[in-house]
Amino acid sequence: MSEHQDIIRIENVRFAYGERPILDDLSLTIRRGEIVAVMGASGGGKTTLLGLIGGRLTPSAGKVFVEDQNVPDLSKSALYALRRRIGMLFQFGALFTDLSVFENVAFPYREQTDLSDDMIRTLVLMKLEAVGLRGAAYLMPSELSGGMARRVALARAVTLDPSIMLYDEPFTGLDPISVGIIGRLIKRLNVALGMTSVIVTHDLNETLRLADRVVVLSAGKVYCDLAPDEIRISTDPFIRQFADGLPDGPVPFHYPARDYVGDLLAS
Amino acid sequence: MNRSKFDLAVGAFVALGIFALLFLALKVGNLAGFDTGTAYVIEARFDNIGGLKVRAPVKSAGVVVGRVESISLDGETYEAVARLRISSAFRFSKDTIATILTSGLLGEQYIGLESGGIPEYLAQGDRVMKTQSAMVLEKLISQFLFNKAAETPGQTK
Amino acid sequence: MKADPIELLTSLGHAVTSRLDRLGLAARFSVAVFRVLGAVFLRFGLIIRELYFSGVRSLSIVIVSGLFVGMVLAVQGYEVLQRYGSTEALGVIVALSLVRELGPVVTALLFAGRASSAVTAEIGLMRATDQLAAMDMMAVDPLARVIAPRFLAAIFSVPLLAALFSAAGVCGAWIIGVKLIGIDDGAFWSQMQASVDVRIDIINGVLKSIVFGIAVGLISVFEGYFAVPTAEGVSTATTRTVVTSSLAVLLLDLVLTVMMFRGLN
Repeated sequence: MSEHQDIIRIENVRFAYGERPILDDLSLTIRRGEIVAVMGASGGGKTTLLGLIGGRLTPSAGKVFVEDQNVPDLSKSALYALRRRIGMLFQFGALFTDLSVFENVAFPYREQTDLSDDMIRTLVLMKLEAVGLRGAAYLMPSELSGGMARRVALARAVTLDPSIMLYDEPFTGLDPISVGIIGRLIKRLNVALGMTSVIVTHDLNETLRLADRVVVLSAGKVYCDLAPDEIRISTDPFIRQFADGLPDGPVPFHYPARDYVGDLLAS
Repeated sequence: MNRSKFDLAVGAFVALGIFALLFLALKVGNLAGFDTGTAYVIEARFDNIGGLKVRAPVKSAGVVVGRVESISLDGETYEAVARLRISSAFRFSKDTIATILTSGLLGEQYIGLESGGIPEYLAQGDRVMKTQSAMVLEKLISQFLFNKAAETPGQTK
Repeated sequence: MKADPIELLTSLGHAVTSRLDRLGLAARFSVAVFRVLGAVFLRFGLIIRELYFSGVRSLSIVIVSGLFVGMVLAVQGYEVLQRYGSTEALGVIVALSLVRELGPVVTALLFAGRASSAVTAEIGLMRATDQLAAMDMMAVDPLARVIAPRFLAAIFSVPLLAALFSAAGVCGAWIIGVKLIGIDDGAFWSQMQASVDVRIDIINGVLKSIVFGIAVGLISVFEGYFAVPTAEGVSTATTRTVVTSSLAVLLLDLVLTVMMFRGLN
């Protein structure tokens, strides 16, 4: 089997949500082993991109190649076979609320493999240990904090040692300590398991520490594709507004409206 | 997974449900149905079938001996033709009378068989010779009025 | 704002097409669910779990309701029959009403309100918290693992519950009729047994409740699966389940009753 050097290739993809175009002729290539951060304004298509890679969404035009297979063309069983090599971490963890932490992590093993209960127990505890939550194995998801829930979800996502990991806003809503923990875990897992990671995020600081590349989306296309250092020194006004968190700039502060005085004086 | 907790409750639930079904079938319904055992089919023709329905009971001396299997109209003689399925346990003579009776005031109609004296018996496919049709209310009323009018002669409006 | 006739027509047309659209979606969804049913039987533990939550948990409301309905039927029935001097027919009236109609229909309505709404809320919440998407991404078909077991549980539960409802109703009527009013116990049961036919009445009643179970089961999982993934969306889906299920049960009851009991002639 070839090495899939370009493990994810998105070519001229178009996607619209009803009437609203989200992605417009977007192309992006991700190489094996990279950690790529995808950033952009809210609703700008970042999560859509993950949906396309994972096969949950179908583009209206263009191709999405994962390991050289065009995902929209895959049959259901072929898609499921591919998904066993992709792990996804959802925004708030998406743990199964009726199962314990242990059973959540054990889920992929129970569903996809024929391993014995003993083997599963060993593997689950190992995965939980890797994210630092072995002691919480028998808690229910409702008893976990946000950061802990996300770590459990991370353990669950890597159970079958996927080659590609997709992260949907892994840092959103977490305290700084948890952000640091998750960031470190993402980096360590990527290296230890030889994975490729695509991270959709708003958190620039953590991103700059983690990522090999930062892709910024704007108006449905790739606006720029730079290394973290290049982002830091960029003079582009849009990138600067993003990086420095400036309230006004290429992304305007004011929602388009009439003249202010005229609006106040209107009867 | 604590499936054992569910197993017990669900097993009890299913058992309870089946018990209810059996209760309905045996205590509430007539599961000791009639359609087991051999039977023979005879024919009876009536001028008027009244409210008789298929599967209505056929009784003799009030005891159920069979069921009405089908009801149809003879296109040429305009008689109602009822085919009766009778249990082989009972024999009826060839001069049996078949009457359409009503059970109770609001009751369903059924066929009553009164066996006669001839030592020859009805067999599969035979026809009951003497029948008495259902009482139709309108005819009873008009008959009553007719009789009333006949009783008081010379009465004109 | 004046009512613009053209706008009214377009919104009416839109309402019709969107409903037809949804009906088509429901049809496709149902086919997809039926396709995975075979495999689901291998995961019997899942079905048992759902039988517990949908069926066992509905036992108390069904049995108590059946008891009360039977009692009310006895009271009302006695009042009417008394005028014609046919009070021994009380058992007949109650049993036929329950077994043919009230058992299947009322049970299905109660089930829709208690169990189906819970199923819709549960699935809707799983949709809203990305649990279904996560399962899908882990290459586990949510239709097989989450939807189908709940659907099957409804099909098995409703007939059993309907039988329990009818049985409880007959007992309730017996308590009122024989114990309290004083109708003859023997006449009560013997008249009933003479008039309630296993094939026509009881089996048809069971068939009805199976059909209701299928309808109610499908509606509840459908509404949950396609719920809008917000708190409001889940709440809307839940009420929709109850309303649509109730209407479907009543409509199907009409159709089935006509088909089954139309002319015993």
